[in-house]
Amino acid sequence: MAKPKLATTSLAGCFGCHMAILDIDDRILKLVELIDFDKSPVDDIKEFTGPVDIGLIEGGCCNEENVRVLQDFRKHCKILISIGDCAINGGIPAMRNGIPLQECFDEAYTEGRLGPKVYNPEGVAPNDPELPLLLDRVYPCSEVVKIDYHLPGCPPPADTLWEALVALLTDKPVALPYELVKYD
Amino acid sequence: MVSANQKKITIEPVTRVEGHGKVTILLDENNKVTQARLHIVEFRGFERFVQGRPFWEVPVLVQRLCGICPVSHHLCAAKAMDVIVGADKLTPTAEKMRRLMHYGQTFQSHALHFFHLASPDLLFGFDADVAIRNVIGVAAKYPDLAVQGVMMRKYGQEIIKATAGKKIHGTGAIPGGINKNLTIAERDEFLKDIDQMMEWCRGALKIAVDYTVANLEKVAPFGSFDSNHLSIVREDGAMDLYHGNLRAIDKDGNKIIDQVDPQDYHKVITEEVRPWSYMKFPFLSELGPEKGWYRVGPLARVNVCDFIDTPEAEEARKAFMAVTDGKPNNLTMAYHWARMIELLHSGEKIKELLNDPDLQGDDLVVKGERRGEGAAIIEAPRGTLFHHYKVDENDQVTMANLIVSTTSNNEPMNLAVQKVAQDHISGVAEITEGLLNHVEVAIRAYDPCLSCATHALGQMPLTVTLEDQAGNVLDTKSTK
Ligand code: SF4
Repeated sequence: MAKPKLATTSLAGCFGCHMAILDIDDRILKLVELIDFDKSPVDDIKEFTGPVDIGLIEGGCCNEENVRVLQDFRKHCKILISIGDCAINGGIPAMRNGIPLQECFDEAYTEGRLGPKVYNPEGVAPNDPELPLLLDRVYPCSEVVKIDYHLPGCPPPADTLWEALVALLTDKPVALPYELVKYD
Repeated sequence: MVSANQKKITIEPVTRVEGHGKVTILLDENNKVTQARLHIVEFRGFERFVQGRPFWEVPVLVQRLCGICPVSHHLCAAKAMDVIVGADKLTPTAEKMRRLMHYGQTFQSHALHFFHLASPDLLFGFDADVAIRNVIGVAAKYPDLAVQGVMMRKYGQEIIKATAGKKIHGTGAIPGGINKNLTIAERDEFLKDIDQMMEWCRGALKIAVDYTVANLEKVAPFGSFDSNHLSIVREDGAMDLYHGNLRAIDKDGNKIIDQVDPQDYHKVITEEVRPWSYMKFPFLSELGPEKGWYRVGPLARVNVCDFIDTPEAEEARKAFMAVTDGKPNNLTMAYHWARMIELLHSGEKIKELLNDPDLQGDDLVVKGERRGEGAAIIEAPRGTLFHHYKVDENDQVTMANLIVSTTSNNEPMNLAVQKVAQDHISGVAEITEGLLNHVEVAIRAYDPCLSCATHALGQMPLTVTLEDQAGNVLDTKSTK
């Protein structure tokens, strides 16, 4: 029987949740016995090769591209899991939600910013068609598509990710002890 | 914009790097490359949204820019806040605990980059089958090497946990010091394995050296170009990843600036805004945007320093410099070699620190006269990192400026992309996946961290439509 497939992606996240996956350390060698990786930033598979059993999402949605990728994950993954607080509720990037975009924009790119002067002779901010449009705020994944499981933490401890994955792959209920469910 | 007779190739997402980027290559009707760019497509807005936050919160907050080297942001913010609280000299325990954290971080990050991300290209070839060109492929073909990579990263992560409290996004460094010391039990655990780690460091360095030497004809021109180089150095010119003053040299090794105090960084460096990337383009102010851009990271640091203060890494540095007769090395692919010299250096530093009884001291925090402004620089695994804050009398941040390492490599990475596109893709009739991976190999040499490079907030105005899976519009919002 073919092994189940796992796909992962980082949307508006810091890659810390992906690093937490790697923090399962040598168990990663066991993990690759249980599953095959599909689309993921850890390999060079850039598009889904077909249906996938489990999808892990790091980060919320801060631009249209994030939304597109998330919808693509929903379409291809039987089980979709939000990992980490950014995916679950927007996390630290959502701290911009209470601030008008124009202000954030001015502080980054215009000569009138509070920080040291930038060199911007044309006075334009990044606006190339290659740059995906920003959303008005950072959205939790569950506001965009249906999410089946949420694994909290910033990032979730490696043991949390491991226990949950192994439970799902071996058809057992996900039972996480209290210490494994926390932000910090 | 792509005109009618142009073709566009997009590589998206750039993989086996941290963060979010894409490459666009424009071709004319004869498949000649007319433009090649690396775009940073994300933004965060940290500089704006930390305004108003209490200053002591910043070291734990800003590290969420980047989960691959959170320690660098954690420590750089803490160092800037040391200036704010007037802690001009930390206690030996605090300073050394932070250094141990930092070398642990460099150790894990360099090991991760080399074994997990870059080695598939070096071991299997740039155009090897996608199915094996990843760390799992490495594990299948070279199981010993994969285990080494995993165990070295683990060792560094455990050091971070012992010094910062957590492997990712720790809380150890606080304004004016540190909140824990190293117990004897923790120390002995690390000492037990350090010799094995050093052995593996030597092995990894050898792989990088042998690879570069054996493939010199291919790697020497690969994405290469002359550039200035920048890093901090100790007062005596030694490599120091945790603390020092700025030095920049030109392609021949002549000093452009030297021993510039971190507080004055904004007098020597300016950032340029370009419309097609959220990431800015820094340059040395006195040379201007055309000539003032520079490289940072392992290659720059090994080029810039006068010597390394640990014996094995210094030997390795001398061998590295001998290849270019003591002049700076300007080869993009030499980053891998330089990175492994630093891996060895970090191992030596960790060993030295573990044997220092100051780590068991319990004088952890100092305070002094409060200031309203502070800047700090640290050498993150990927290069020079700048944090700069102003704090008001209510302890709230009023200004934040961050120049993250990868930002400084923005121009160099774009040049490397252009060069590889010209040399390997231009005029080729059939452009294969393997050829496109060549472009990514050049980007990967810089070990960019594209998530932390995107702290700035971007484009306005916009309309957003939120749809469900069936394509029904759930919500439409405009910002103007
Ligand atoms: S939840 Fe935390 S670790 Fe995960 S992506 Fe967000 S900030 Fe990074």
